[in-house]
Amino acid sequence: MGALGFRAGDPVTVRATEVDHHHRTPWFVKGKSGKVRRVHGAFFNPESRAHGGDGLPKRRLCQVEFQQRDIWGARYRGNSDDVLLVDLFEHWLEPAKP
Amino acid sequence: MTDEHPPLHHAERSRRAARILAIRQLLIEKGVVTADELDDIIVRARTRTPADGAKVVARAWLDEAFRERLLTDARAAVGDLGYQLSHDAELAVVENTADVHHLVICTLCSCYPTSLLGPPPDWYKSFAYRQRAVIEPRAVLREFGLELADSVRLRVVDSTADVRYLVLPRRPPGTQGMGEDALAELVTRDSMIGVAEARSRAAA
Amino acid sequence: MPAVHDRGGLPTDQPIDRSDHQWEDWEHVTNALVGVLRRRDLINVDELRRGIEAMAPDEYESSSYYERWSASIETLLVEKGVLTEAEIDAVAAKLDSEWGR
Repeated sequence: MGALGFRAGDPVTVRATEVDHHHRTPWFVKGKSGKVRRVHGAFFNPESRAHGGDGLPKRRLCQVEFQQRDIWGARYRGNSDDVLLVDLFEHWLEPAKP
Repeated sequence: MTDEHPPLHHAERSRRAARILAIRQLLIEKGVVTADELDDIIVRARTRTPADGAKVVARAWLDEAFRERLLTDARAAVGDLGYQLSHDAELAVVENTADVHHLVICTLCSCYPTSLLGPPPDWYKSFAYRQRAVIEPRAVLREFGLELADSVRLRVVDSTADVRYLVLPRRPPGTQGMGEDALAELVTRDSMIGVAEARSRAAA
Repeated sequence: MPAVHDRGGLPTDQPIDRSDHQWEDWEHVTNALVGVLRRRDLINVDELRRGIEAMAPDEYESSSYYERWSASIETLLVEKGVLTEAEIDAVAAKLDSEWGR
């Protein structure tokens, strides 16, 4: 599979890269840190397929759990242990600094 | 279908109506698509209901082994019940418990488990839902009439990519002894998105 | 500044309108075209989403759900050389005049 290879439990940070092309990483998780909860498997890369590419190599899709308070800060209206799960492609993730 | 007269108030019709109907006509004339295959999809879209999703939930309530399989390998589990998911989308099932409640959303567009639930409701695709459900989910649930206890953790799931999420709602109390079909009738579309609980026996 | 389609957490006071509208004929056609064009591998869903996301922000925000999808279908079919704007314009104009617009 390659050097990447996040597993459930891994702490990760979402890359905050600005890109112009189609991608499926919502703005509110860019630069935020959470924990991989589940790895769904490998899928065609939508960033390639959206622009005429073949979507290869496939990328693994990780379900990442974030604390709502970490995403929104004081703006979050809810309980302190509420969470947000977002499916993110592995190439948007890097290991979180401890 | 295009033999039907356009609705009376065609001045109010979207300007896109003529363009997409023109595209349909041109694609048929050029042999790119056929009228029949378009009409097949239209008939199915008109008749699809969330019944398949409800049956999956009812089976999970009755069959522990199925429930566990559903949570770890949803495609295989629903496949065993005879449901064919579309080839390009994966399915994941998230389970509500006494301690955790799930709410599903697609902030980027409208990803939804259409294979099991039929087309999504307008509100699911609306800007208001897409904008608010991630940042103030408890207020959104309140609008739908669902007040979560403080002790319940809320997990909002943003289905951003190939995986479509189905909520496995809690089995309502007082439903012991009910058969699968009767249980399925308690399972609403909204309970499988997470904006409602399944119906109680009394309300059904 | 997030792109116009990237809407999670954007501020709004709007309540959730829970009414469901009955789809018009052209909305059914849009939905069906998405299905058939994808099935025939002429357009993939990532391209369709990209087409929607490329709309001018004010057009995106003032368009309904199926208006966005139908605009993207048109963008992609023209981009791929399956149809031309001119022929779409011509047939659309004819339909509009039949409807007395």
